[in-house]
Amino acid sequence: MSDDQVTIEVDGISLPAKKGQMVMEVTDDAGIYIPRFCYHAKLSVAANCRMCLVEVEKAPKPLPACATPVAEGMKISTKSPAAIAAQRATMEFLLINHPLDCPICDQGGECELQDLAMGYGRDISRYNEGKRVVADKDIGPLVSTDMTRCIHCTRCVRFTEEIAGFQELGTMGRGEDMKIGTYVEKAVNHELSGNIIDLCPVGALNSKPFRYRARAWEMIQQATVSPHDSFGSNMFAHVKQGRLMRVVPQPNDEINETWLSDRDRFSYDGIYSTDRVIKPLLRIDGEFRETEWSTVLEQVSDRLQQTDAAKIGFLSSPGATVEESFLLQRIARGLGTNNIDHRLQARDLGDSDNDPVQPHIGTDIVSLESADAIAVIGSDLRREVPMLAHRVRKAALAGATVSFINPPGQQYQFSHQYLATELTQLRAALGALIGAAEVATGKIAPDSVAQRVDRQSHDETHRAVAESLAQGERSHILLGHLAQRHPAFTQIRALASVLADMTGATIGFIPESANAAGASLVGVLPHRGAGGEPVATPGLNARQMLADALDAYVLFGFEPEVDTVEGAQAVETLRNANFVVVMSPWLSEQALEYADVILPIGTFAETAGTYVNLEGRWQSFSGVATPVGEARPGWKVLRVLANYLHLDAFDYNDALEVTVAAREAVPVELQDYRIGPMPSMDGADFGDDLMPAPISLYGSDSLVRRSRPLQRTPLARGVGES
Amino acid sequence: MSAHGLTDMSMIRNWSKTLLLTELRSGLAVTLRNMLRPKVTVRYPEEKTPQSPRFRGLHAQRRYPNGEERCIACKLCEAVCPALAITIESDMRDDGTRRTTRYDIDLFKCIYCGFCEEACPVDAIVETRIHEYHMENRGENIMTKDKLLAVGDRYEAMIAADKAADSQYR
Repeated sequence: MSDDQVTIEVDGISLPAKKGQMVMEVTDDAGIYIPRFCYHAKLSVAANCRMCLVEVEKAPKPLPACATPVAEGMKISTKSPAAIAAQRATMEFLLINHPLDCPICDQGGECELQDLAMGYGRDISRYNEGKRVVADKDIGPLVSTDMTRCIHCTRCVRFTEEIAGFQELGTMGRGEDMKIGTYVEKAVNHELSGNIIDLCPVGALNSKPFRYRARAWEMIQQATVSPHDSFGSNMFAHVKQGRLMRVVPQPNDEINETWLSDRDRFSYDGIYSTDRVIKPLLRIDGEFRETEWSTVLEQVSDRLQQTDAAKIGFLSSPGATVEESFLLQRIARGLGTNNIDHRLQARDLGDSDNDPVQPHIGTDIVSLESADAIAVIGSDLRREVPMLAHRVRKAALAGATVSFINPPGQQYQFSHQYLATELTQLRAALGALIGAAEVATGKIAPDSVAQRVDRQSHDETHRAVAESLAQGERSHILLGHLAQRHPAFTQIRALASVLADMTGATIGFIPESANAAGASLVGVLPHRGAGGEPVATPGLNARQMLADALDAYVLFGFEPEVDTVEGAQAVETLRNANFVVVMSPWLSEQALEYADVILPIGTFAETAGTYVNLEGRWQSFSGVATPVGEARPGWKVLRVLANYLHLDAFDYNDALEVTVAAREAVPVELQDYRIGPMPSMDGADFGDDLMPAPISLYGSDSLVRRSRPLQRTPLARGVGES
Repeated sequence: MSAHGLTDMSMIRNWSKTLLLTELRSGLAVTLRNMLRPKVTVRYPEEKTPQSPRFRGLHAQRRYPNGEERCIACKLCEAVCPALAITIESDMRDDGTRRTTRYDIDLFKCIYCGFCEEACPVDAIVETRIHEYHMENRGENIMTKDKLLAVGDRYEAMIAADKAADSQYR
């Protein structure tokens, strides 16, 4: 046995433990339950609820298990009469001021206090004095408060401070007068705020959109995956009678730990938005009529077959599932066209041979935490992928040097290097960084990029960033959405690759939306088929398709007016097309102008599917909710449409068969990004008007835009940024 | 032993019983005795048997004296109902209180066990002494929230008296 190992005895069972561990950690690992309220494995130890008191041999009084370090030969009883008496006494004190309003409390049925009161509470209160009443606080549209119920465990305070990094909630007053609250009257305003709902062991903090809607025991819990960003957070959907009532995190230490971003948690409201399409709509004499599926699919297949294949454009959302993407590209290629793309937000679609077959972050989420240096280039990380920003923060707290080469104005709650760079200057900043890297590493940048290397204007920050990347053994460069949407993206990618090569860092991309990686893999690209196989005659890319009107368009799961580079231009082009098929769960007002057919497909909750996340993990999920109206899962619609088009080998019976087919068509191995022949470094600077718009946290996709609670938050309005 | 399998002695006893009409007499004696007793039959529906205040008949929802409905949509009755006869949907009312938006009891499913009444923390759902009701059309077996409250409003005096009478045993 090594020096840092000790053996303790709990309830007569001897357990191995590491020095410095708390008793609670050891017993939790061994499956011995000690009651607790304030202890949480992911938060610091507060030891203020006193529920976990246990008897320790030779200790004069019971000790809190969560804050008692183990020692060699320690003998602990968790269920001895003295321990139980201490726990029961604690429970009696906790219940003194807790109101008896379980029947109207949303926590009722899933309440830690309720559960433990069954085991440790007295049946009748001995306390006959007046109970304390605390005024409720308005902390925003997501979290409801009933502060009288609070038992002061301070989990919410520790979460906002330690995990989110803000000092938004705190305790004021002492003893009887202790209160949890925001110091000044304001909303809790960050992208992970919903987690305090899960953390609260009582009903003091609850979900506001879910308030009074259902009981825990009425709902069926089904596993699903976040559809909003490429992190692929695991979630549980709680469903009552086929309707999704709320979303909670599914713990997975390799991805989202026990957390969930607000965007994933509260977006479900948009599923039941009033503008859902409930029956297929067909334009007849300029008017939209509700039509049967069979009629409308026949119409679509006839019109598509009558159109010259080279004049049909397929545009798909990067949030479409692997199955939907795979079938859509098979239909496009079955009809004989390569005009298919998912890169709706990309401005620079040149140099496509250097595109990664599968964009990913170049490492995995867990390893990111133990990085030595991370450089994030062209990314509003907290808005693009909030949970990845959390992991980067953890890395920084663990000692990594994190640098941002980003537009000014972003805020991160950890020490970092910030190279504030307007987007127009991003390319120049990378040139200066390479110049600094030459100094730091003594290597010379290859001639192919020499034109952009800037050996004069690097300042202290540039040098510090380059040095951190060069000195770190595990250094990572991440290119975010702003970089990928940049009009000079291919050059930025080449420059970043050179920087990565010189400093020995890995280079990674943060894929757009939930499944850009999957869409790319299965070939929703004009120049590549499934598995990255180059096609003989590349088709038109998204920008080309939307610049000049083709004869027919098939739009899958997005709104061109907001989800493309130039929305107004896209709408104009679509209006000039002869035939536009829109497959979308919702009916946007603009779609009424350009669409000829609107096919209602299901949202992520109503369809089975698979998302490939930013570390290349394939995560499948099944449909959890009953489709609204006559909406059908996207893969089914595409499969039946293919049958109407008489395309071969479209006889899939369920989503799994499509998943398997897609899996077989693509490489299993994840490849590190290596840039091939360097693209040309010519080209003038781009003006401000060509730059991508700032990332909108709650405007990222159609579902989020329709979620009323999220749209009411200060973050959605872009004010009161904390 | 005779051919009938009876002893001679018992044959004689049977003959004498038959000749003397012993069994007929004892039967008529029972009839005569009960003729003189007071009658238990009631002439329903003109006459009715007495009811316990705990009688479990038609359901009702009660209100507070200020007219506010008692039910707070805690759904304990729905959870305890062994026949799954209760369906509740809840939401926040405009004044911020927790209320039902739907409260249905299917009288065809209900087994009148009274568990809902026992589970209710605010004495909102009760089973009244009303047992004379009928349905003529499909769908009338569903007691909606409005119907339940109407029953409660009409019979509140009786419900309150029954509750008061029973309270000393609780």
